[in-house]
Amino acid sequence: METFWFCVIALLWLGYLFLEGFDFGVGMLLPVLGRSETERRVLINTIGPVWDGNEVWLLVAVGATFAAFPAWYAALLSSVYLPVTLFLLALIGRGVAFEYRGKVNSARWRRVWDVVIVAGSWTAALGVGLLLSATVFGMPLDAAGDRVGSPFAAIRLETLLGAVAVAGYALVHGAVFLSLKTEGEVRERARALALKIAPFALLPLLVLLLIVQLRFGSVWTWGASIVVAMAALGAYGRLLLRREGQAFALMGVVVAATVAALFGALYPDVLPSTLDPAWSLTVAGAASSPYTLTVITWVAAFGTPAVLVYQGWTYWVFRKRIGVKHIPEVHVP
Amino acid sequence: MDVLDLARWQFGITTVYHFLMVPLTIGLSLLVAGMQTAWVRTGDRKYLAMTKFWGKLLLINFAMGVVTGIVQEFQFGMTWSAYSRFVGDVFGAPLAMEGLVAFFVESTFLGLWIFGWDRLPKKVHLACVWAFSLATIASAYFILAANSWMQHPVGVELVDGRARLTSIWAVLGNNTVLAAFPHTIFGAFAVAGTFLVGVAAWHLWRRSDDGPVWRASVKFGTWVGVVAFTGLAITGDVQGKLMFEQQPMKMAAAEALCHTESPASFSVFALGDVSRPDCENVKSVTVPALLSFLAHNDFTTEVKGIEDLVPMYQEKYGANYPVDPKLGELSGKPIDYVPNLPVTYWGFRLMIGFGAIAVGAGLLMLWLTRGGRVPRGRWFAWLALGSIATPFLANSFGWIFTEMGRQPFVVVPNPSGVDGVWMFTARAVSSSTPGEVLTSLIALTLVYGVLACVEVFLIRRYVRAGVAGVLPGPEPDDDKPDDGTKSDDVLTFAY
Repeated sequence: METFWFCVIALLWLGYLFLEGFDFGVGMLLPVLGRSETERRVLINTIGPVWDGNEVWLLVAVGATFAAFPAWYAALLSSVYLPVTLFLLALIGRGVAFEYRGKVNSARWRRVWDVVIVAGSWTAALGVGLLLSATVFGMPLDAAGDRVGSPFAAIRLETLLGAVAVAGYALVHGAVFLSLKTEGEVRERARALALKIAPFALLPLLVLLLIVQLRFGSVWTWGASIVVAMAALGAYGRLLLRREGQAFALMGVVVAATVAALFGALYPDVLPSTLDPAWSLTVAGAASSPYTLTVITWVAAFGTPAVLVYQGWTYWVFRKRIGVKHIPEVHVP
Repeated sequence: MDVLDLARWQFGITTVYHFLMVPLTIGLSLLVAGMQTAWVRTGDRKYLAMTKFWGKLLLINFAMGVVTGIVQEFQFGMTWSAYSRFVGDVFGAPLAMEGLVAFFVESTFLGLWIFGWDRLPKKVHLACVWAFSLATIASAYFILAANSWMQHPVGVELVDGRARLTSIWAVLGNNTVLAAFPHTIFGAFAVAGTFLVGVAAWHLWRRSDDGPVWRASVKFGTWVGVVAFTGLAITGDVQGKLMFEQQPMKMAAAEALCHTESPASFSVFALGDVSRPDCENVKSVTVPALLSFLAHNDFTTEVKGIEDLVPMYQEKYGANYPVDPKLGELSGKPIDYVPNLPVTYWGFRLMIGFGAIAVGAGLLMLWLTRGGRVPRGRWFAWLALGSIATPFLANSFGWIFTEMGRQPFVVVPNPSGVDGVWMFTARAVSSSTPGEVLTSLIALTLVYGVLACVEVFLIRRYVRAGVAGVLPGPEPDDDKPDDGTKSDDVLTFAY
């Protein structure tokens, strides 16, 4: 049961990284791919109806961690306190920016919010990477699960690599998504950019996986890491052939295999202690009671399929590509 | 200040702030769903205008509610990690349910509603706003179930020093949440109803275009207000009686009732210093026996005063904090079982007071606008706009009272059973450094402050613009030579 919930939480992170990954990317690439105001509006409107729903994956991942593994939730968030704070501020900023940017017709107003979107998206993507890699590599925890040492204990070479890895993935994923969801010049530009940056931007992710494998890997997580590399290559090839849909799907495989490799390497720990392996939080030790796990299993069993159906439906409703010609004139007070 | 104080300030500021957005969202979303239903059924453009106008204000407000809500989900782990470990088995479940069952629905269907105008069939689009609105109410239920459990733990046992869930139905069916939920929801509708009346009356005063829209809004808001304030009084009374049983100290603190009285009188307001638990130097204007009635439905019941409650609490839950370096200055010190009396006493009165002012202002405006007349004086504009603030204030003071009144506990002991499941706030806090919490406290407060200005600026702008700001004039004339497919291609709505 505990292992099942460990997998559920990995799946929730997968959903989050796959979905919000591209809307981080869109925000990060806003000034690069959107050269005019109308083009920037094209970019924002590709994620306009869905970004909020995507973000709920994070909230549910965190909420499920609280419910299923309270000790993990408590130790991780309190020990990575300052980076999490920054991450939250970034999420606040970009969320408000998406909603408020178009509410006043003034170039200065939009410029300010553009800056918030770009800075917030970069910070948030880096923050997710840092948080996840701190989980995998561990924190200096004592026997009670409290952090020993500096507030900056989460900021280490390996976690910074993790931050850059997720940001790099979000860049590529966002560009591929835009090549799939836009048309005309923006689409061409997004595709060209994805092809240009992918070899560099995905490199940190592969290095991260390699390090994780060397340290904690088992046979099957090696397999997952290899799938990541293959899928990344495949996505590149498909994009070269202008098969944007397939490239996007393969990016999904990239992130799925990444999550599998990272969480696979983490198991049976949920948050290792870098001080003493005996103090590491484990799946068995951090878990809630079997009764609580049963309760949330029932909720998840009914809730999750429904979420997938109606979120899938949203993407179907807004499936059309968006181009400059679709953008209406500004009508705001 | 130590981590405990900083963490409490942070939780207080972020939560009260978050709860400025929440009731308006909950209340307004259902009203907008009602307006859109009226439009779909009658085809009357007036209702479309109402949907668009109030809907836009709803969206501006909702964005802030969402982003400040994210902080809440993380905050328990960040600053209250000891609490999270102690209650996680119980407390996490309603939060996870809220995300999975309610918040997903909210976010997804709101996106569909915003962008789905003219892209979805009319009735499907209408269903989206209903789904969104009902999900916000479901959301409130789960969160209040979690909060009510802290006020009155049920469905748990103590195992290895931690609360362990034994019945989720007991938690979801806790009589505390059954009372708190309707009270909070009526509070949300009080906010929304007053908002409608205040803004629409201001437009009438300005003699804005679209008079029928504003008249219909005043009428709608009035009905909502009547139901909401009546409901608030009834459910508030039910809550008071539960509080008398479940949290006698909070009841005494609400009244700054130092000595046990039988029958007990209700204090209307007090002069002097209410902060002392011996009530020296306090002159209070009282209504005899009313407190007994509020507590127990008769005019004779004895209501225990603070001086008599303190020894009872000391006997049951200890006189001193344990000696534990994690408790810092409080380690081994006597436990102060008396909540902050000025805050609880005045918080309780300001909650009721602002609620009463809201009702009074509403009735006054109704009378002033009877038979289609609207006063021309500037004071009427102030009355209309000023009244909007009152239910917000009442909500905030109500929560401040509820949460401060349960101190020094974060999980209040259940007097009738559930042995050992309670927790002092001082023990709940993370072992973070003060610097960390101070940093986040300052950063969040600054960002929230800036965003509050932005939201007020935007709401003001859209309120002033009226219907014209959200609804392009009458349908564009089709005689114009058309340049082909363009009108078909352009999105009806885009950011």
